[in-house]
Amino acid sequence: MNQMSTVSSLALAGASKTSKKEAASVEFRNVTKRYGRVVAVDDVSFSIAAGELVTLLGPSGCGKTTTLRMIAGLEMASEGQILIGNRDVTHLSAADRDVSMVFQSYALFPHMSVLENVAYGPTVQGISKKEAYAMAMEKLALVGLSGLEKRAPSELSGGQQQRVAVARALVLEPQVLLFDEPLSNLDAKLRRRVREDIRELQQSLNLTVAYVTHDQEEALAVSDRIIVMSNARIAQTGTPRELYEEPADLFVADFIGDANILDGVVLDQEGSKARVRIGGITLNLPHRGASAGPVKLAVRPDAIVLNEDPSKSTAVSGVVKKASYLGTQIEYEVDSPVGNLFVVQYSRKEPIAPGTPVSIDIMEHRGVALIPGS
Amino acid sequence: MSRATLGWIVLGWIGYAVLPWYGFDSAVAPTLSEFVLGGSGLVLGMKGAWWLLPIFAPLLMLLRPVMRPEGRLADWLTASGILGLALILLQGFSIGLNGWTFGILKALFGEPGPHQAGMGYGAALTATSFLILLCHGLAARGWCRGDAFVTSSIGIVMALIVVFVFFPVSTILASAFGDDKGSFAPILFVMKFTDRSIWGLDCLSSDLRCGVAWNTLFLGVLVAFGTTALGLAFALIATRTSFRFKKLLRVMSVLPIITPPFVIGLALILLFGRSGALSAILYEWFGVPRSRWIYGLPGVFISQLLAFTPIAFLVLIGVVQGISPTLEEASQTLRAKSWTTFLTVTLPLMRPGLANAFLLGFVESLADFGNPLVLGGNYEVLSTKIFFAVVGAQQDQGRAAVLSIILLGFTLGAFWLQHAWLGKKVYTTVTGKGDAGIPLPLPRRVAVASYLAAIPWAIFTVVIYAIILIGGFVRSMGRDYTPTLDHFLTAFRVERADWGLYFSGSAWNSFFATVKVAALSAPLTAAIGLLTAYLLTRQRFSGQRAFEFGTLLSFAIPGTVVGVSYILAFNVPPIEITGTGFILVMCFVFRNMPVGVRSGIATLSQIDKSLDEASLTLGARSFTTMRRIVLPLLRPAIVASLVYSFVRAMTAVSAVIFLVTAEYNMATTYIVGRVEAGEFGLAIAYSTVLIIVMLLAIVAIQFAVGERRLGRRSATANAAPLAVQAAP
Repeated sequence: MNQMSTVSSLALAGASKTSKKEAASVEFRNVTKRYGRVVAVDDVSFSIAAGELVTLLGPSGCGKTTTLRMIAGLEMASEGQILIGNRDVTHLSAADRDVSMVFQSYALFPHMSVLENVAYGPTVQGISKKEAYAMAMEKLALVGLSGLEKRAPSELSGGQQQRVAVARALVLEPQVLLFDEPLSNLDAKLRRRVREDIRELQQSLNLTVAYVTHDQEEALAVSDRIIVMSNARIAQTGTPRELYEEPADLFVADFIGDANILDGVVLDQEGSKARVRIGGITLNLPHRGASAGPVKLAVRPDAIVLNEDPSKSTAVSGVVKKASYLGTQIEYEVDSPVGNLFVVQYSRKEPIAPGTPVSIDIMEHRGVALIPGS
Repeated sequence: MSRATLGWIVLGWIGYAVLPWYGFDSAVAPTLSEFVLGGSGLVLGMKGAWWLLPIFAPLLMLLRPVMRPEGRLADWLTASGILGLALILLQGFSIGLNGWTFGILKALFGEPGPHQAGMGYGAALTATSFLILLCHGLAARGWCRGDAFVTSSIGIVMALIVVFVFFPVSTILASAFGDDKGSFAPILFVMKFTDRSIWGLDCLSSDLRCGVAWNTLFLGVLVAFGTTALGLAFALIATRTSFRFKKLLRVMSVLPIITPPFVIGLALILLFGRSGALSAILYEWFGVPRSRWIYGLPGVFISQLLAFTPIAFLVLIGVVQGISPTLEEASQTLRAKSWTTFLTVTLPLMRPGLANAFLLGFVESLADFGNPLVLGGNYEVLSTKIFFAVVGAQQDQGRAAVLSIILLGFTLGAFWLQHAWLGKKVYTTVTGKGDAGIPLPLPRRVAVASYLAAIPWAIFTVVIYAIILIGGFVRSMGRDYTPTLDHFLTAFRVERADWGLYFSGSAWNSFFATVKVAALSAPLTAAIGLLTAYLLTRQRFSGQRAFEFGTLLSFAIPGTVVGVSYILAFNVPPIEITGTGFILVMCFVFRNMPVGVRSGIATLSQIDKSLDEASLTLGARSFTTMRRIVLPLLRPAIVASLVYSFVRAMTAVSAVIFLVTAEYNMATTYIVGRVEAGEFGLAIAYSTVLIIVMLLAIVAIQFAVGERRLGRRSATANAAPLAVQAAP
């Protein structure tokens, strides 16, 4: 991966030279996809602005890959309208859409060399072989693979194959670039690196990108906006921060980051705030439409503070059941009257030993949210 | 409107207005102008064949989107396609050679009414373009992701299957239920169906013969048991012992595939017949009287055993190899002795393979025609009985149809049993993980039993092939062993005449016809088979199950039934093609296509679907994707289906024996004729030549198609393509 550090500078150079086409927006209007009786995507509407990186995030089987494939034209919508660059492409086949895709398995043609793979797009468009090769070489340089163009795909490492796939998708300078779980075949260290490279490439070339993943950390790291899907529908759309701090429902709260879902009671409202009681703790939180009565809250693991000093006792106390030391942080499982809590603490040297009684406090300014409608 | 659509509209017009509407026989037309313009549908329609005129309407409708392309293209194409096809079919089936074909029409408009001949080039072209334009219209409405190539392919393959599989089969059904005049006669059917000569059980109680259905079933079960047992013995020896001649086993497993099926029967006659080589020795040395024991059940049984054991071997060797050695090792670590392990782990795991081999043997025996014809004697089976019902003194097509239905019922029943029994059980022993186990050596008694069964049999096979090899080069096997080339000269003499070479040998005609038909049908078979495989694995469309069933149906139909159904269906208008080379080609294409489909599906399912999708998103249409991505990766399947269809076209007897004519006599039917005339030397010599030609062709095909390039993965990606396809 030594060449990857040069990507950003090369990408900038490449962008100024080659970007003739404008990035385009993508819009779904009430799109439904059915397979027989099974509804894979149910009445979904969203839009992706030009030059934006939007992630489709959700557990497997939620319809995110089907949605991506409908943008590509590999699946046809059963109902609704799909627009790319404000043009209706609902009935256009994949070959007629100006969209490229990076596949989960990379889908490199095994009977062609790296160069032939990348030049395939221009060649089938009828561009002369020489010109197609020149375009391919340029994109290979962009992803830092110059010198490997004669190899067969099977002679490259996983990370290199992935970059060939990106180069091949970029070579036609598509209006929209799609990624289908591009990192799932890479090891953990490489994943972080490649996702940063993809993000840099997207920003420097000003590409519209739709990106599918089931890894919420990956989604938080690369996206301008995230569309969280669940059971064929959109659960919530927003920036990473909005999703983390103001989850729309239990599913999103649980899926984005770790969360303790606790029961609480709204005591009263005052302006945009509400007083909420969890066990013996009272918090002052944005009410988000909740009225007085029982409510659920999402409490992030780092919003809970444990204290083993008996003198600073608070309204809620518990017992540490497990402690795991993970270097930068320590994770605890705590038994308490408000439920089993998952707690993360940073900047501590010594873990609290299991069996120690602790007092529990919740920091209201740090990742605690009422969940509307629960 | 795309250029392809426009092109098909033009072709539709050419077919209607320029090419002759009737008849494939080009010799009818004396001059070119009369041939081309005078016989066209349009001209004939003006001259009085009024039933051709309505077809003008959908053709005119097609001009509308040409003039004003901005309109609703999809609707116009779909509507005129459906209308055009309907009109062509309607006039074709309601007006026959002798007037109206339906009773109602006769009653309404009087007899005999107008008459017409079979459809010709013009009609075929016009009908094809209507079909494709209909498919283009459907694609424009968003079917199959808006891909006109895919919809057209589905349309074409479906139409071909309907015409060349469903239509003949339904004709045979109709013929079985009808009397001589073609009207519905169920009682006659019941009488024919329950006939004593079919279902009689006299052989149990008296000296009389049993019904032909029982004969067929009995032979089938016997052969199935025999081939499975011998195949298993060979497979165990090949995989689980350190037997020294394993290579020879491999060769012996391929040989019968390229041997015309009746050649083995022929060799048996030369060995055990009244004047056979072995009979002579037995008589001279031990005084055993010469007899005709080989003609009848023993002869047919032995020859089918010889012919079909390799198929069982090929099925079972895959199964035996597939059993994970770790499972056996697990059994051993649980203190099971090797015999117990074999009995409780290995054998049960082989059950699906054994069932498969058994059913294949059964079906092959039922479908076999050559060996019973040559060796059957008084032991009649369904396939030969069908043949004699058609060509014999009886000339009873209804009876042939009834017998065909029984035979078809048996084979379909066997396939259904296999499906029902094996479909529910899972015997996966090959997983994605590597298996580090070492196969268990065979328990002693199993090894001994295998050797005892296999080695005499192997020697016997070698002797048979030696006979085939020698037989062509001696004057007369069993009587006169003087070496001679006479047989080859009679068959393949080439003389130098003033105007060049003159092929005066008696076999040249049939030889050239066979090579021509085989060479024409092989690429067609491969193309249609692989296209079908592509459609089945890579596309989703409604009616896919029926589509798949149609391709498999032609696989299950015994050749004799195919032959009868083809002459019944294609001897009268609208599709009148008996006696042409075309019907032979189509017969082979649809008999052998399922192998192309199977090997195509097997190979395609190993190729990641996202490769196609990557190509599509890069702007290649499905046709380009097929040509540049799918085909290069399909090379092993292409070789397999080309080889198989070529070889089968050269060796088949059962179906073609009904379809050959003086002009298109096939090598196999010629040889069968020589055998019946007692010219064994000539027959053997010709068979030897055929085997050599096939070997050369296999090498040539391998060379022409080439290897698949997969980088360094190629070492592991080659499966034996012929292994699974050795079914009927």
